[in-house]
Amino acid sequence: METRFQTALAYLPDYFGNHVLVSMTALGLGLTISLPLAFVCLRHPALRATLLTASSVVQTVPGLALLALFYPLLLGAASLSANWFGVSFSALGFLPAVLALALYSMLPVLRNTITGLSTIDSAVTEAAQGVGMTRLQSLRIVEIPLAMPVIMAGIRTAAVWVIGTATLSTPIGQTSLGNYIFSGLQTQNWIFVLFGCVAAAVLALATDQLLALIEAGVAVRKRGRIAAGIAGLAAIIALALVPALAGAHAHYLVGAKPFSEQYILAALIKQRLDANGLATGQRDGLGSAVILDALAANEIDVYVDYTGTIWANQMHRTDVAPRAEVLAQVGEWLKRERNVTLLGGLGFENAYALAMTKKRGEALGIRTLADLAAQAPRLSIAGDYEFFQRPEWAALRTAYGLAFRTQRQMQAEFMYPAIAAGEVDVISAYTSDGRIAQYDLVVLDDPKHAIPPYDAVLLIAPKRANDAAFIDALRPLIDAINVATMRDANARASAEGASPDQVARWLWEKISKR
Amino acid sequence: MGSRAPHRGGMDAAISLTGVSKHYGNGKPALDGVSLTVAAREFLAVVGGSGSGKTTLLRLINRLSDPSTGEVRVRGADVRTLDPIVLRRGVGYVFQGIGLFPHLTVAENIAITPRLLGWDSGRQRTRAAELLGLVRLDTTYATRFPHELSGGERQRVGVARALAAHPDIVLMDEPFGALDPLTRDALGQDYRRMHEDLGLTSVMITHDVLEALLFADRIVVLQQGHLIADGPPSALIAHQHPYVRELMATPRRHAERLGAFLGSTGH
Repeated sequence: METRFQTALAYLPDYFGNHVLVSMTALGLGLTISLPLAFVCLRHPALRATLLTASSVVQTVPGLALLALFYPLLLGAASLSANWFGVSFSALGFLPAVLALALYSMLPVLRNTITGLSTIDSAVTEAAQGVGMTRLQSLRIVEIPLAMPVIMAGIRTAAVWVIGTATLSTPIGQTSLGNYIFSGLQTQNWIFVLFGCVAAAVLALATDQLLALIEAGVAVRKRGRIAAGIAGLAAIIALALVPALAGAHAHYLVGAKPFSEQYILAALIKQRLDANGLATGQRDGLGSAVILDALAANEIDVYVDYTGTIWANQMHRTDVAPRAEVLAQVGEWLKRERNVTLLGGLGFENAYALAMTKKRGEALGIRTLADLAAQAPRLSIAGDYEFFQRPEWAALRTAYGLAFRTQRQMQAEFMYPAIAAGEVDVISAYTSDGRIAQYDLVVLDDPKHAIPPYDAVLLIAPKRANDAAFIDALRPLIDAINVATMRDANARASAEGASPDQVARWLWEKISKR
Repeated sequence: MGSRAPHRGGMDAAISLTGVSKHYGNGKPALDGVSLTVAAREFLAVVGGSGSGKTTLLRLINRLSDPSTGEVRVRGADVRTLDPIVLRRGVGYVFQGIGLFPHLTVAENIAITPRLLGWDSGRQRTRAAELLGLVRLDTTYATRFPHELSGGERQRVGVARALAAHPDIVLMDEPFGALDPLTRDALGQDYRRMHEDLGLTSVMITHDVLEALLFADRIVVLQQGHLIADGPPSALIAHQHPYVRELMATPRRHAERLGAFLGSTGH
């Protein structure tokens, strides 16, 4: 347990720094937009109603969805900008996170500023006018100072929301304290999850209290308190900048999708590069849809993808070809369309499959998907969030005519206990998953070859295509891992609770001996 | 019965209203064809019940609102030709319900108009101290906040604020309304003294005719937007308008009763 805590602590400067930078920038941007807008609204009641409604609607969009929506939006904007002005920018990471979080911060700031300013005693504003203040002087000398407690309360609410929601910027490629939570959830490392939650909560509370200190200082006009509050906030930001300023050395960024196997392989790649004297960093938890774009845009340098994923999601192929054929075609397509190099396969497949417990399969006499199809109307299936939207599922249904009694979506971590407990009969599974052995499951045969092969492959960013030192460091991983070894490694991470780094070291031990 | 007012006019007039009406929305006019002249250094009281239009009349003078028809002149100039900000900074205004800025100290409240006029902070402080003396408040009040003061002290600060930038005209909207009789009397007398010493032109709004009788040189009575009486206190006592007679009945009865007491004690 202590080692897990120490591992978590080691990531803190990077995660914390990025979290502070993204949330403070978003808050700053949000305030820069919301505060003037609130003043304009005072004079235009129609605009006020529209804006408050709009920002309330934004608030009802789940944080994760809002962040995710900004990615395609910015991707479109980036390609337009590239076409028109020849200037491209990254649609991943910092920018979409900042924009979405800034939008998120607007409601409390707008609402409180408008409320604070419009509920000031009219006798006071009348007096301000009567002593000869201009509209601006009245705002500056009288109305803003009087509304300050309410305005500050709005800013504090926004700060807490933004800092909390910033944990969700991990899947769109922005490192944050959410990296602990997402990777912890995937690897069942509850220490990580807890660490991330506590760190985000501490940051939110500290920021809230410092803002409260400034607010109190303004109210009683104590310069000392205002200065102390500002100094505290500045200290947090400075602390966040330390790793960014000191750590301009992470030349090679290794990407990983948000699941356990990816974390292990990313750690393995990172260890190989480090061992060859190359400075590395990690971009964890990138969504499956954005990670290839990030690589093609040179935002990460290397990651592991699966041929079937690219075949179906990127090349939009619905046919199925033999394993070697798919590998070759995917490699060609990546080079031609995305200028990405497929360095080679790691040696194992992580294909989609349907699995049952050995006991239930035997009881029902089901060994293949064709057997399953005959009994499916009486059975229930559970899949992860992605599975039922994937072309593989459509292909399976068409090929075998699969139709289940019930169909449920759940987090992959909970599917296995569910099938073990008999709550569902069939689950979507991955062939390299360690839990197949652990839960005594069988993978059902696919006699019609409806599901394409899913070879794990190393993909290299365009700018690294001719980087010999980099490629030489990665070459020993090609064809080095068989599916049994990978299942074993995955089982170590999920069942025994070893960290991805530890499992990666074990894996290297094992494959380098051969 | 008419709204004919004696025009003292001429170069002396500090404030004059000619045929002024003010309509809000579709209802009855708040002011209806009011003509009125206030001579320089005069102390005018405007008496009327609620809804009589007296506050509206005061607001027209420093352009907190503009008349629907008619003309308002201040120091001979049509107020529509003046910058309202400049006009207001040159006219002291004591607000109904005090209207002090709750987040500013007493000294900052007093020096607000000088501050707007760009006086340096030293001069602002000196002026605030001067005015505290003038309204008989200790200099220790300078750093207090309005909520730490009694009603009478707050009203003194309100008067001091109105006088801070050396205005020659002071408008007061029920300045002593919420005070107990003793405080009101003391403050009224103090203000009357300042009015004399500083050579002010004062317009005071009140619903209390006794206050008007005690402190003003001249009283006008407003009823539902019409000016129904205009004259010195002595003339108003004898006025024949039924509403004015009604207004005068209470002070008259007090005076008779007091007179009877004073007579019976042998003075």
